[in-house]
Amino acid sequence: MSQQSSVLYDIPGPRQRRVTLISSLVAVVVVLAGAYLFIYRPLADKGQFSMELWGPLVDPSNENFPLVWDRIGLGLKNTLVAAALAIVSSLVVGTLLAVLRIQLKSLARRRFTGTAAPLAYLLRGLSWVLAVVTRVCVEVFRGLPVVITIFFVARGFPEFGASFDNLWYLVIGLTVYNSVVIAEILRSGMEGLPGGQAEAAAAIGLSPFQTTGLILLPQAFRIMLPALISQLVVVLKDTSLGFIISYEETLNIGKQIIGVLGNPIQVYVVIAVLFIAINYSLSKLAQYVQHRLSQGRKSAGTTTPTPPPAALTAQAEGAGGP
Amino acid sequence: MRYKRVAAVAAAATLTLGLSACGGDSDDAGTGAGNKDFAAGSTMERLNTAQKIKVGTKFDQPGFGQKGLSGKPEGFDVEIAKLIVKELGIPEDKIEYVETPSKVREDVIVNGTVDLVAATYTINDKRKERIAFAGPYYEAGQNIMVRKDEAAITGPDSFSDGTKKVCSVTGSTPAEEIKKYVKDVATQLVLFDTYDKCRDALKGKQVDAVTTDNVILLGYIAKDEASFKMAGDNFTKEPYGIGVKKEDTDFRDFINDTLDKAFEDGSWKKAWDETAGKFGATLGDPPAVNRY
Amino acid sequence: MNVLIDKFDVFAGGFWLTLQICFLAAIGALILGAVVAVLRISPVPPLRAVGTTYVNIFRNLPLTVVLFFAAFGLPALGSNADFLRIPGLESIFSRLGTDLPYFRFGLIALVLYTAAFVCEALRSGVNAVPAGQAEAARSLGLTFGQNLRHVVLPQSWKASVVPLGSVIIAMIKNSALVGFFGVVGDLSQTADQLTSAGGYPFIPVAIGISVGYLIMTVPLGALLDRIEKRQAVAR
Repeated sequence: MSQQSSVLYDIPGPRQRRVTLISSLVAVVVVLAGAYLFIYRPLADKGQFSMELWGPLVDPSNENFPLVWDRIGLGLKNTLVAAALAIVSSLVVGTLLAVLRIQLKSLARRRFTGTAAPLAYLLRGLSWVLAVVTRVCVEVFRGLPVVITIFFVARGFPEFGASFDNLWYLVIGLTVYNSVVIAEILRSGMEGLPGGQAEAAAAIGLSPFQTTGLILLPQAFRIMLPALISQLVVVLKDTSLGFIISYEETLNIGKQIIGVLGNPIQVYVVIAVLFIAINYSLSKLAQYVQHRLSQGRKSAGTTTPTPPPAALTAQAEGAGGP
Repeated sequence: MRYKRVAAVAAAATLTLGLSACGGDSDDAGTGAGNKDFAAGSTMERLNTAQKIKVGTKFDQPGFGQKGLSGKPEGFDVEIAKLIVKELGIPEDKIEYVETPSKVREDVIVNGTVDLVAATYTINDKRKERIAFAGPYYEAGQNIMVRKDEAAITGPDSFSDGTKKVCSVTGSTPAEEIKKYVKDVATQLVLFDTYDKCRDALKGKQVDAVTTDNVILLGYIAKDEASFKMAGDNFTKEPYGIGVKKEDTDFRDFINDTLDKAFEDGSWKKAWDETAGKFGATLGDPPAVNRY
Repeated sequence: MNVLIDKFDVFAGGFWLTLQICFLAAIGALILGAVVAVLRISPVPPLRAVGTTYVNIFRNLPLTVVLFFAAFGLPALGSNADFLRIPGLESIFSRLGTDLPYFRFGLIALVLYTAAFVCEALRSGVNAVPAGQAEAARSLGLTFGQNLRHVVLPQSWKASVVPLGSVIIAMIKNSALVGFFGVVGDLSQTADQLTSAGGYPFIPVAIGISVGYLIMTVPLGALLDRIEKRQAVAR
């Protein structure tokens, strides 16, 4: 960030520093005045800062304080449980899917020489069909909003007689979406590796499966780790969609508290702060990991491979869910 | 009817006697069988044996089913459900409450996610195609809530000129009903997933009215009398029933018996007075239970 | 399956409304995102702080919370988002001009939320421009603004296209949430309405709604893949 800035403009001289200082002051004053006029005043006029509304959330001596925070704690716990389950299952399913797609792709290219001609054609056709099917699945589930996926899972599964707790609908819905995204992250990570890696693996006699498992996947994980962690943030945010299917996560609990205490703005501010705190630390973790990784590469004396463009795409996909 | 069932119960082998004895304070007569054994294979027997039950109710409906800060739902629906559960010989703390917003109520019954639904559940013919209703245990009616200073809205017909905006909940009966009166649905009707949001929108003047069953509106008015009032009288009749599986006639009869008993012994009125009755709605006479 | 034919106008209407909100939100988010991106790389520290704070807040909040503040916080601030009733525009996008503000609120939330990601996409593009370019421009004596306009942005644009496209796709999907915040008749609210109140069978409705979203997201995704591949070759 600071490096980037210094690339774009010169180190300011005395005059420039004065200009910067003045414009900084002006900017601060404008921002503060704007906040006061357009946010603080209207809210204060409507009595949104009264202790009656804030008390149960911030005043430990308030009779409702322990109850409210008990409930919020439960909500946070449920959010984290759902997020943890969803991320673990997405990682597992996503990895399998990525390996499957890579394998199918190479299978579809194989000619199956050495087997009888009809069988070879059958095998080629089969692997081609499978490759297309997985491709279509990926495109469909990547293209659907997570809300809709969760909604469909919760309404559709019982239709076929599979009835679980709301937690599992949420986890399944999140997994369906995120495993596909993770599979794409890993796949592009593997395909972005220098071709020499796979060729060298083939040269020492590794089977295609071993090549993927021992050579490609570990490197893809390494390169894509920051993107994977941002995906974790996405999952955590997406658990808030549980309110659609009545799962009691943080937001839903917040709604219940609002129903009793009638202080929506205050409760949502607290929830917003909680979410920002958790997700911000996760993003920081992602940055730290990225930093460590690039350092690790340097000390290993190898050249730093530029992450494939898909790495950036994957991070942008971080917008993938609300 | 009731006596036939009692005979059947008496004739049935009392295999579950040992288990059902755990049922707690259950010897108040009424269903006949003093120690709560039910006909073998019936839903009542299954629930009694399992000693637990899943009840679908709302978590956001003041006075009927609202999850309090304690984490337990409270309200008239909840109390009615408790009366039924007590008759089944299951202790109160073995009830598992499941949130059932308006739009999923039929589904959870059909899928067996819950054993019964008491969630301001209006009995109507369309729903009877998929599930069955015991009751009614209360007769509400759709009404309209407006801001205190509103004079232009006096009833559903006030929406026909296309200017006044009204709010309700996606998938609810009132939302469908009000469409008959509204001139332009796209610009006049706002649908949220809960009534709380409607209330906030009314207070913020984004909408001019909220429409749903009178008791729900009364709950909001009781909490904030300075802001809201009713506009006119109820314009529909909404008998609230208990939703159960369509083919489960025995269970339905059992609930109807329980309700009849609650009407007589005053526990129905007591449940009302402790919950929704606090909002100032009149209870009236017990509705006649509809056994079909 | 009949519901797909009988209610085709409902699906089409939902699709049209979702398309409208996505189109408007995309424009808004691109503009706001560009502004925030400039703030984030500007030489004035408080502006940089504003940009960074903005991105950190909106990137870490669930959209649900943002939508809530738009739909209920704005009214508490005394605003009905009337500034969005832009003459001319509101005659094309009729929902912009109605007295029901929820379309506008949904739009604002989507713009605010997406702008944070747009900013990051643009910034990743700027980062992709080799440092030597900006340094060369500086040594020629170009100012910060000139540097951006004539040297950095024209080059960063290429690297930003793919991430920006992903952000827009994500936004289209995120728009499904506005149906839960008072916008009547978009695709997701249609799904809810048809299955729960309409009592139509679930599967056909699910297919219809899915197709509605996939029409918007899949071609865009395919286009991005192509651009990405071409860029990879060019590199």
